[in-house]
This record gives sequence, C-alpha cells and structure tokens, in this order.
Amino acid sequence: MSNFNASRRRVLKTGAIAGAGVALPTIFTASSAAAFTNEPTGGTVTLGFNVPQTGPYADEGADELRAYELAVEHLNGGGDGGMMNTFSSKALQGNGILGKKVEYVTGDTQTKSDAARASAKSMIEKDGAVMITGGSSSGVAIAVQGLCQEAGVIFMAGLTHSNDTTGKDKKANGFRHFFNGYMSGAALAPVLKNLYGTDRVAYHLTADYTWGWTQEESIAAATEALGWQTVNKVRTPLAATDFSSYIAPVLNSGADVLVLNHYGGNMVNSLTNAVQFGLREKVVNGKNFEIVVPLYSRLMAKGAGENVKGIHGSTNWHWTLQDEGSMAFVKSFGTKYGFPPSQAAHTCYVQTLLYADAVERAGSFNPCAVAESLEGFEFDGMGNGPTLYRAEDHQCFKDVLVVRGKENPTSEFDLLEVVEVTPRAQVEYAPDHPMFAGGNLGACNPGA
Amino acid sequence: MFGLDKKDTSKLIIVACLALLAPFILNPFPTDSALAQFNAGYPDLMQRFVIFGIFAIGFNILFGLTGYLSFGHAAFLGVGSYSAVWMFKLIGMNVIPAIVLSVIVAGLFALLIGFVSLRRSGIYFSILTLAFAQMSFNLAYSVLTPITNGETGLQLTLEDPRILGVSATTDGSIPVTNLFGLEMRSTFEMAVGPWAFQFNAGYYLCALIMLAAFYLSIRIFRSPFGMMLRAVKSNQQRMNYTGLNTRPYTLAAFVISGMYAGLAGGLMASMDPLAGAERMQWTASGEVVLMTILGGAGTLIGPVLGAGFIKYFENIFSKINDNVLHTWFSFLPDGMEDAVVFIIHPFIGKGWHLTLGILFMLVVIFLPGGLVEGGQRIKGWLSRRKAKGSNTSGETNPAE
Repeated sequence: MSNFNASRRRVLKTGAIAGAGVALPTIFTASSAAAFTNEPTGGTVTLGFNVPQTGPYADEGADELRAYELAVEHLNGGGDGGMMNTFSSKALQGNGILGKKVEYVTGDTQTKSDAARASAKSMIEKDGAVMITGGSSSGVAIAVQGLCQEAGVIFMAGLTHSNDTTGKDKKANGFRHFFNGYMSGAALAPVLKNLYGTDRVAYHLTADYTWGWTQEESIAAATEALGWQTVNKVRTPLAATDFSSYIAPVLNSGADVLVLNHYGGNMVNSLTNAVQFGLREKVVNGKNFEIVVPLYSRLMAKGAGENVKGIHGSTNWHWTLQDEGSMAFVKSFGTKYGFPPSQAAHTCYVQTLLYADAVERAGSFNPCAVAESLEGFEFDGMGNGPTLYRAEDHQCFKDVLVVRGKENPTSEFDLLEVVEVTPRAQVEYAPDHPMFAGGNLGACNPGA
Repeated sequence: MFGLDKKDTSKLIIVACLALLAPFILNPFPTDSALAQFNAGYPDLMQRFVIFGIFAIGFNILFGLTGYLSFGHAAFLGVGSYSAVWMFKLIGMNVIPAIVLSVIVAGLFALLIGFVSLRRSGIYFSILTLAFAQMSFNLAYSVLTPITNGETGLQLTLEDPRILGVSATTDGSIPVTNLFGLEMRSTFEMAVGPWAFQFNAGYYLCALIMLAAFYLSIRIFRSPFGMMLRAVKSNQQRMNYTGLNTRPYTLAAFVISGMYAGLAGGLMASMDPLAGAERMQWTASGEVVLMTILGGAGTLIGPVLGAGFIKYFENIFSKINDNVLHTWFSFLPDGMEDAVVFIIHPFIGKGWHLTLGILFMLVVIFLPGGLVEGGQRIKGWLSRRKAKGSNTSGETNPAE
C-alpha cells in the first residue's frame, strides 16, 4: 500500500462517491405494475419444465420432458387430446390456457438443489415462466418449491416421494400429485404381511437425503407395526454407483429382508449388486431371503433387467391400468413416442393439465387464485380413480398400486404386474400426522 | 486514483463500467427476437457472474501470484454459504452479518487447512487441498447433517428464531434477505422499445463488493507483499537459502484467497438463501481453476472474464433444446433441418459441458495466456496494422 495519501478533501470525495454507489440501487426498488410475478400479457403463456437431464435420475427426467411436451401439445389443441377427454373437469378447451397459446422452456436440474434453483430462477427471471414444474428428486423439489414460494409462482411438483414435500417443507405455492413414503408403507404393509409373514428381520439401505430418510421411516414404521424387526438402517450417498460394500454386511446381519430405499440409477445398481451377491438364493432364519423396493418404476425395472423378477414395491401409476384415462394417455403417448409412459411421465402430464384446468376455472394466472381453485379440488379420469387435492397440505389422495416384477414379461415394457390396488381410504392420514408435522404452508405469494 | 497508477486505474474503471452497465451490455437482443435466447442480463445470472468473479479473483491471488494450485477452494465457498444461511436462520435477514461471518469463518477454515497443506508444495499441495475439500464435502453431505441438512441443502424455514428479525412476515411467509430494508430480490424493469432491462438490488450489491474485491486485488498485486508472492512463484528455494521464511507469506495469501471464496459463498447465500453440499464438491473446485486458466492466470482481469465465460455457457447453452433449434433452422428444407439439428444436438442442452470442453482445449492450446492473451493479440494486431498503415502513407526512411 505504497502511496495512499489521504487528505481530508480526498476522503470526503471518496466517501461521497461510495455513498452514491450504495444509494444507487435504492432508486431501483420500485416494483413493476403487474399484479403478480410474470403475468402473461401477450398471446402466449410460458411454463417452465425443470427436469434432471444428467445425474442418477436422468432417465426419469427424459420421460418427464416427453410427457410435458405431450401435455403442451394437447393443451394447444394438437394430438388426440389424451386425458383431456377423460378428465372430469371440462374447463379446458384445447385452445391453450385462457385462450393463450402454451409455450415452454426447459432446464437441467442436474439432480442438484443449487443447479435446479439456478435453472428455475432463469426461467422465472429471464423467460417469464408463470409456473415451474418438474423434479425427479425430493431434495430438488423441496429446494425449487421454496424458490417458487419466494418468487411468487406456482410449483407443480413432479416425481417427489418424500413425506417432507407436503410435510415439514410444504409451501402454499407448491402442489404434489405424486404419492409419498407414508402411502407406500401403508399400501405395502398388508401385502408384505400376506407374502412374508409377521416374523421378519429387515435391513434398510437408504439414499441419504430427504426422500430416503422419510421413506425409510415410513416403511420401518409400517413393517414394525406388523411385528417385523429392523436390524439396521444404512445411509448411502445419492451419487454412489457401486453398492457392493453396502451389500456385504447384509449377509452377516441376520436380516432376512432387504429394503432398498433407492430410486432410479441407485436402485438399478444396488439391486443388481444384491442379486450378484446371491442374496435372493439365501435362506436366513429358515426363510427365503427377500428384497423389497418400496418405490418402483418401469424405467428402473428396465434398467435392472432380470433382477426385478418377483420383487415387490409400490407405484403411483402403471401403464397397464385399464381405466379410461390411463388408456387414453398410454395411447397418445405411445403414438407420439412409440413406447408406453412411465409413472414419472404420468404424474408430470397430469400436473400440467391440473394446473391448466385450475387456471381456466379460476379465470386468472394469479398464483393465489390458482391455489384456491386447486385446494380441495376433487377430480377423476386421470388414471388413479377419484382423487382429492387436500387443502391442508396440497397433497393428492388417490389409490396406490402395489406391483411385482413380472416373471414372464411378454415385451420389453411389460415388466411389472399390478398385485393390488390399495384403496385411497387405506393410505389417508391426518394433516398433522407425526411424520408430516412441523411444517407450515404459510400464505400464498403472488410475487410482484 | 485511489493510489493506483494510470494503467491500473483505467483497468478498474473498465471493470466498474462493465459491472455497472451489465444489465445493458448483457441484454443486446430485443426480448421477443429469436436471439433473446442468448441474453444473459437477468438478475440471477448477473449475480453469478460477479460472485464467481470474486471467487476467481481470490483464487488468482493464490494461484496467479504464488503458483500454488489449490484444488479445494470450493470448500471455503461452501463454508461461507453455510455460515451465511445460519446467520439468516439465527440472527436475521440482513445480509451484512451474514457476509461478515462467512468471510471470518472461511478465513479461519483457510488458516487451518493452509497451515497443514502449505508444508508441501507443487502437486502434493494440490492433493492435500483436494483431500481436505473432499473431506469437507463428505462431512457436509452426511456426517454433519444436523448442521448442513445433507443432500437436501440448508434452507430457511418459518420456524427459525431470527432473534433480530421476525420468524415469519405478517402474511405468513419467510422474510427475504435485505440490506437495511432494501430487498435483495427487488428488481426494477426498464422497457426501452423492444428491450427490457432488469436492474436488481442484489446484483448491484454484489457488483460493488466485486469492485472492492477487485481494487483490493490490484493493491495486493502492486504491493511489496505481492512482489514477495511473485518471488515465491519464480524461485522459492532461492528465497529459502537467502534466509527468508516464505511460509507466512504463502499462508497469508492462502487465507486471503480463502476469505475471498468465503465472501463469494456468503454473497451466493445472500442472493438465494440456500446452501447445498454440492457447492463444495471437487468439480466446483475444478471449476474455479478452469475459470482462472481460461481467463488468464496471474492477470488482474482474466479470472473475472473466465468466470463470466463459464457461467454463461452453463446457464445459456444448457437451456437450448431441440425445440429451440428447430425454430432457428425452420427456414431450411425439412430433411436438412433435421440433419442440422442432429449435428448440433450433442453440443447443446445437457451437452454444454462438451462445448465448453472443446473451447477450453482451444484456448489452452492456442492462447496459453487465456482470454486476456487473446485480447492482447487482437490489440497488438490492430496496432501493428495501424502502424503499417501509417508507414506506407508517410515518407519512407532509408536504412542507415
């Protein structure tokens, strides 16, 4: 600091400049005249599709994106209309939303909260998206839901199964159609009891983030209520690709059931490792060793190949369902892409239609009006039977499917078979259930 | 001005102009045009530009001056973020305490890591810092979950105490970060014809802090302390033989650069109150190395350019999808359109890493001095052409 000669005049001058600099931004605090964030003014409305295109959930992300594109096509009156024809609410006309043509922007969440928020922010700030949807990881969904709450746009959660999304991290601007860990537990428990009895010892391998934690808690609680013991719960990093070091200790733990609280690429790898270690041929405590994957999807079954045969789990929706809505959706998705949709695609498609429908019924894109028309909304014809969007926590309540890896698949898509459709009443819970307590919706935020 | 010579003053003024006029410079295309895709003048990205600029400036103080290549600088960024978010949770939503704490905590953390790592130099130093950073990442990711909330990331909730503020605003939402009431997210939009320019309070705070950081870095570069650091880079052994202990100097540089990283982390959390463990991952540490090398290591302005370059690619190229490509090339005949889209497809969207990698290779091979060298070459070429032009027009001097 060689030549810093501070004269009084100079200090004053510098101070004045610095002061002006600090004051400068205050000129710009005036908010714009719009009634809410990104109010669509032209002939179009922009939706933001924020899905993982890289990382362990990239397959799900790609399928979600296909579903979003299909939904946009149907909303704009293209294609065969898909589930718009079977949906119990007839507000949607196939002329966009409120007469505005639907456009969309896409982004890559990288399955990282930080990147997902950056991507969502650019959609809101740059592209003027009025609704953000997507996410194949609960960590990401919760982070983006928080952002949307702050920014004043609606968040329609995609594939997120953590209890926290509509539990302790619920937000007034966030809505979830997908089911959750508690519902998986409630649906699976009776089936597991019939199959494996009430005297079992379970070992949990759990993806180490909010989804894994809450699903592990839910499944452990549900199975312990049957009389099962839980011998150990081991957390594995989300980014892990080789699980052999986690599988080896299972052999000596005395457990006779392995619960894999893994999803996507994680589950494909951990299940493959478990099968390679010969767990399924083992007999422990005089019983056959069993593996349970509480959250199942066809994409995972495809990734794990032969290994999924006879393994039980739960799922939100499956393309072989024979109701009107599912058949219409599978038909238009299959026509466009040449293969049936996954459960991730289904929930994302439905969420987009639900949002569009809520806007139509509310007559406004204002997040508060949209939230109000979604809260307590009862609908049917979307593939899951009669469904309720509960006002207290913005969670959808509908039937849950218990599925099993098919022993003799007839095609490369026919990998799972539905064992049981658990009725909605059996998976319902009070909004203040201990597994969901601690959160607060807060007030809806229209931004601006 | 400010104790700088003329050349440095002009550099500072250039950076100041770029930073303050960024909302205009980065939004050259009208909002409704097809090229609006390439506009980068929205608050979040502008904030990232300057925040990563600060990060790279700090990294350059260590790497550019002493030649010590730290592969674990993201750890300080992450530590800064976590401290800032904790301040928001416990104290209140004013950004000043958060930023101050993040700088202090990152400084202390750097002191600890630097004290151990600086016992070695060269590749061993790099590996030590990398190991420490990965340790911090794994701690944040799993072991310290109560403090960091693991993979989900540390977020604000309505139940946080915030002893100097409020837990929740009257309408029941989480209060937003502010500077004595000036909300960081407040944005003023100015519509000029077809253009829309966004002036964001948070961005200007970051930009002013970046200018201060840049000024400080110039002063360090030009100070006797900076000279000593350069001497370490050129021949540390000789300095040791002359009886000079270089450790305090390198440690000071390490701590200063760690504090810069902490400042960047604190600012990141102030703009968007969330801290995730992936901020500390080795890829994040590698990114700042890339920024510095891409821009020009050891130059004043290079790291800022490099940071801007990489963040631009990450945020703009990753958002171009096939749909956008089809609209661009819709003037081509159908088969050709599909072919062009097919060729470009791997380089956009999720393939932005590939594009960036190719550009990075080109820069390192043809411009070892980074983007700054590119600029100098263009300048040299222009002045040579000018000189040539004046030579031919003027009278020729016979060689003596």
